[in-house]
This record gives sequence, C-alpha cells and structure tokens, in this order.
Amino acid sequence: MRAEVRRALAFVVVLAGALAWAAARGAAQPRPRAAAPLGARPVVVASKPFGESYVLAELFAQVLEARGYAVVRRPGLGATQVAYAAVRAGAVDVYPEYTGTVLRAVLADSAPARDARDAFARVARQSRARDGVHWLPPLGFENRFALAVTPATARRLRLRTVSDLARVAPGVRGAFSSDFLGRADGLPGLAAAYGLRLAAARPLAPAVKYAALQSGAADVIDAYTTDGLVARYGLVLLDDDRRFFPPYEAAPLASAAFVRDLPGAALTLTELAGRLDEGTMRALNRRQEVDGEPAAAVAADALRALGLADNRVRATPRPARAGWAGYFWSERGAVARRALRHLALAGGALVAACAFGIPLGIWLAARPRVAAVALGGAGAFQSVPGIALLAALVPLVGVGTLPAFLALVLYGLYPVARGTYAGVRDAGAPAAAAALALGMTPGQVLRQVRLPLAAPAVVGGVRTAAVLGVGTATLAAFVGAGGLGETIASGLALADTRLVLAGALPAAALALAVDGLLALVERAVRPPGV
Amino acid sequence: MPAPPAPDPSAPALRAEDVTVRFGGQLVLDRVSLDVPAGTCAALVGESGAGKTTLLRCFNALVVPAEGRVLVGVADVRTLDPVALRRRVGYVPQDGGLLPHWTARRNAGLVPALLGAPRPEADARADAALALVALDPATFGPRYPHQLSGGQRQRVAVARALAAGAGLVLMDEPFGALDAITRADAQAVYADARADRAAAGQPVTALLVTHDLREARRLADQVVVLRAGRVEQAAPFAELVARPATAYVARLLERAALAG
Repeated sequence: MRAEVRRALAFVVVLAGALAWAAARGAAQPRPRAAAPLGARPVVVASKPFGESYVLAELFAQVLEARGYAVVRRPGLGATQVAYAAVRAGAVDVYPEYTGTVLRAVLADSAPARDARDAFARVARQSRARDGVHWLPPLGFENRFALAVTPATARRLRLRTVSDLARVAPGVRGAFSSDFLGRADGLPGLAAAYGLRLAAARPLAPAVKYAALQSGAADVIDAYTTDGLVARYGLVLLDDDRRFFPPYEAAPLASAAFVRDLPGAALTLTELAGRLDEGTMRALNRRQEVDGEPAAAVAADALRALGLADNRVRATPRPARAGWAGYFWSERGAVARRALRHLALAGGALVAACAFGIPLGIWLAARPRVAAVALGGAGAFQSVPGIALLAALVPLVGVGTLPAFLALVLYGLYPVARGTYAGVRDAGAPAAAAALALGMTPGQVLRQVRLPLAAPAVVGGVRTAAVLGVGTATLAAFVGAGGLGETIASGLALADTRLVLAGALPAAALALAVDGLLALVERAVRPPGV
Repeated sequence: MPAPPAPDPSAPALRAEDVTVRFGGQLVLDRVSLDVPAGTCAALVGESGAGKTTLLRCFNALVVPAEGRVLVGVADVRTLDPVALRRRVGYVPQDGGLLPHWTARRNAGLVPALLGAPRPEADARADAALALVALDPATFGPRYPHQLSGGQRQRVAVARALAAGAGLVLMDEPFGALDAITRADAQAVYADARADRAAAGQPVTALLVTHDLREARRLADQVVVLRAGRVEQAAPFAELVARPATAYVARLLERAALAG
C-alpha cells in the first residue's frame, strides 16, 4: 500500500511537471525578449465577446496596419477575467477595456470615483503597479451599464430613474446577462445602493434578453449606454440618479511587453485618443448590431471619416432578411472552415487524452486503491465548468490553441481512463485468473485476455470523451482558439439567432456523427464469442 | 506435419513438507505436509476457509509459503521459474476459466501454444484432448464457450489441463457448479480420461479440491481432511470411514452420509 501511494505521488509529480513545462513554453513563446525594431513581430489585438469590443479591436488593428504593423486578431476572448489575464501574461498585446470594469471587477476597488478622469488615473496607477499593464489614453466616450425598459413600461410605471424603479420593484421582473448578475458593479451592488428588490432576476444571454423584453417575459434588462440594440428596440435607459455606476471610459489596455517592444505601435494607438464620442460610437454599434455590417467594414469607414486611415473593406452585410437556411448557405465556406478547425482541435485533444488515458487506466486496473483516489479526484475535476478551467489556464499558457487543447485533454482524460480501468478490471476476470494459472505471463494476460475483452469498454470511454470534447470545444472560442464556438459567441454577442444556430447546429451534427462513428467502432472491436 | 513432441511420460509426485502460509497476519496453513505418489489422485476436503485452495495453489506457485518446502517431482517449487512451472501443470478452476473470446479448440490448445507449438500442432493436441473428454472435436472445436452447456465447458477446461501433457493436474472444485447428473457425467468422463492416459503409459498425478466427499471417494486414491489450516487425517476413503483419526473427521463423514 505505501509503495503504491508513493508511486501514485510520483505519477502526479511527473504529470504536474509536464503540464508546468508545457505552460512555461506556451507563455514564453509569443514574447521575444530583445527590444524589437519597428514591426519586428505582429501585434496581437484581442477583443471581448460583444459587438462594441469587436468594432474597437478592428479600429486598433486597422490603424496599426495602416502604419505598417502586422496584426494578429483574437476576437471574442471570454469576458473580462480571461482578456485581462491574457494581457497581463503578455499573450495579448492590446484590447479595448473600460476603466470602471477593471476598477470593480478586477482590482476590487469599490471607492466611489469623483469623475471619469479620477477613475482613469486610479485604474491606470493600480493596473500598472499590480499587474504591469498599461492603460493608453481614453478613446473619448463612456459606455456605462444601464437598466433599460420599453417605452410602454416606462410610461405605465412612470419610470425615469433607477430610484423610480426601486419604488415599484416588487412588481417588476428582470432579465440580465450573467456577467451583470455576478459582478460587484452589477446588480448586487446596484440593488444594495438603491434598495432595489425585484420580483425576479433571471440570467439570460444577450440574444435572448432583448427578445424577452420585447415579448413581455421581462420588464427590465441591463444594457450598455452605447448599445446599438438599445436603438434598434427603441428602449428607455433609466438614469443612475445616485451615481452608483463608476465611469466606464473606453481605452486600449496594453501589455508591458507591447509598450516595451513596440513603443511606436503603442504611440500609433494614441492617435485614437479622444476621437470617438458617445454619439459616434452608438452609430458605429448600430451599423454592426442592427444593420448587420461586419465589424471590419464599420471600423474602416470610421477610420476614413476620422482621417486616420484610408482602408476599404468590402462590406457584405449579413443579409438581414434571409431565412436561417439561406443564411447558412451564404456562410457555408466559413462554417466549413470553422467546423474543420473544431474537429482538428477536439480530435487532436482526443488522441492525446487516449495516449495518456489508456495506459493510465491499465496501470490503475492493477491498483484498485490508487484507482479509487485517482479516479475520484479526476471525477471531481470533471465537474469544474469548462469556461472556469479555460480562464484558469490563460494566465499559465496564454491564449490561442494551447489552453483550449490542454483543457480538452484534461476533460477527455477521465472518461478514457475510467472506461479502460473498468474494462480491464472487470472484463474476463475468471478467464484472466485461469490464463495466469496456466502459464501466461502478466503481459500475455493483458494483451491476449484483458485488453481484447475490455476493448468495447475502452472504446466506450473514448466515445464519451469524444462527444464531450466536440461539445466543450465550442468554448475554445473564448480563449481565441477558433472553431464553431466563434460563430456561436459572435451570435450571442450580436443577438443574432441565425449566427448562433450556424455554429450550434453544425457542432451538434459533429457530435452526433462522432458518436455514431465510434458506436460502430465499439461494435467492431467486440471480440467474437462475447 | 511434424509429430507433436512426446509429452514427458513420467508423472511427477507432489510433496508438501511443513508448509506454512500467512495472509496478512492470518495463519492459513499451519505446518501442512502432504504426499501424493506419482500417478495417483489426492482429494483435499474440508470446510470453506480450511486452506484447501491455498494448499493447491502452492503447487503452481500462485501462493508462496512462508515456511516449508513444496516439491513437484524432485524440484523445489521455489527454485523453478513460475511461468515455466505453470505451463507444465494443468489447472481446472471451479468456473472453468475458459477465455470467452476463444473457441473450445483454441482454449484447449492454450498451453501447447504458450510452449511455442505452431497453430496446426496446438490444434491437433487440442483435438486429442477434446476427444479424451468425450467431446467430438469437429462439432465442439469451433464453438465459443457461450455456445456450450455448463458440463461441456468444464470438460473443455479438463481437456485444456490435460493437453498440457505433463502428467500433472490441479483441480479446484472443478465440478462444484454443476447439477447432480451433469456432475456425475463429468466425473465419469474425467475418470475415464485419466484411465485412458494411464493405459497409454501417460499416468496423471492429480490434486483435487472438493466439498463433496462422494466425489472424493469416487476420484481419489487418498483423501486429505483439512481443518483450519491443519491436516486432520490423510488416508484412503475406506480407512477414513473405518478409522477416523479425530472426532471432526467422524462428524464430517456422518454429515456427508446424512446429506445423501
């Protein structure tokens, strides 16, 4: 027993070492140490997964390209924690961020800010000191959180301010993005500040939130003050009369490596400082979110209007009226490309999970006491939500393919090891005992008796891992690894159901196909006579 | 086709000398001695937990005694390579232990194949062994275990043990899971097979673990009564009945008589 525990510990140490090595390599890769000459490496420009962030990131990317810098785009990184961690680790050079968001959600600074300038000064000082990241000068507009209602609701309940809402709150149902529900500078803080007690506060994706408000399933939602969708639905924004929300000035947030290695590029981004007012931004958002124009085209027009660049991007707006099928057909090239990438990611991770998981399961089958601990731990690990695991990996290995790949391997390991372990342990135990007694070596027992009889269970585990992997790979988009999740994420961000379906349906079809294929394999490896 | 190598015709004697086995701190066999002359059959009887199976497994090195010597022929088991030893010793477990994904023929030819016989030769040896347990090789050879009855499966297991060809068989309640009629048939087939082999100049030394005293009487030349890891008495069945060495042996015989 003690020897087994020692061996299990040694195994864990080796595995941890391998992961740490992979992490160190991944983190080191995108950052050349020496001071690079102008444009010596591409600038990694990222965004968060919502419409305005896509447009701002395109503005950054195109103005840099116009000045001769190469740019790598990583749109739609999953929410603030992931994007901020990526900039801190140097895996991303720059992305658009908001002062109040980082003050409250990252730095946990809840002191009220006097004004926008005060908030910027504070967040810039603290981010620099704590995390070594730089705030470049603000772009010129704020995008605050706000509560939105339909004009009819506003009239009926006589709502103008959040205080008005607090007065009638017990009869009002809310629907909010999960981000807003969880953040200290979201609903929890707002409710405390105003004594706001809503009848219900349900988490809904942006795509559904607006529809819920229109259909009367909800009375109030959270929105952004520059939201294109607010204009699309003609909503009324309630005034934050107690000044609860801090200033949310938009500005480029840059990594230390970016400012050090490419000071010229950082300087280029300051050309955008103060050039975008709230009205301009709302108009740009409207073109993307309401008219369905691609972010690249919107950004190119904006740069030309500002006299900063003369880019022309062929504008092929998402056809506003085509049905889902027509839309899908028009996008078939992009969908196929992303589906292939999706398969490559999930398939590669599955191969790696098998390479580790099958030997691990065989090894554990001979050590039931170690197996109970190891598989119990792996099972508990399995319950960590995918997005949380990805967020935890970003500071270690950066963004892109690597964290998504690692997360998928870790998720696949358990079903593969578990299936192999159970199969090898249970399949043909009396036959294996007799074969050993008749003079088979342990290796022969494993190869000629246990593994052939366990094969269906092993493939069953691989099948579970494969289906899980194809599903989980949709989250890879949130760390910039692409795949069908990219389509789903932008669909959710732009409240475009067709986009969501154009990602989700192929993903579901892939999962079914993989499941069916492996079911056939499972039958094929079933030995005769069993 | 090359002729199969003639199996070693000399059946080895089995001997245990003051064998002590402990599992964890628990004493399972306590200075047990046993003598099975070449070509004879000894039955190990006694209640569950008496140490019958443990003693049996000492002879194919599945159990290694803490003290004492275990001899197969003249060789001390400790000096032998366990895998080579097991390939010389036939073994029949209670559940048969047939490989479910192999045909009866391939199961019966397991040991010749392990010893390096090419497939046609292993099959020939297997077919001879199947015939010995009264299973027509042409009919039963290609069947998988799940296509056989319980009695047929046990006979294939006996054939597999005999096909090892070294004149030594260990059997752990080989017919214990069969119904009464099937059991009687299987016992008769086994006894005939042994007699056939002996008549052909290839006697078989056998050690048989059983709960069934009548099976012991029918198949064994001597009966060894074990109780709590010690030998109560070792003698031919008739002498056991005539002169039980202890009250326990007398009670065991009495109970067997009552049972049927």
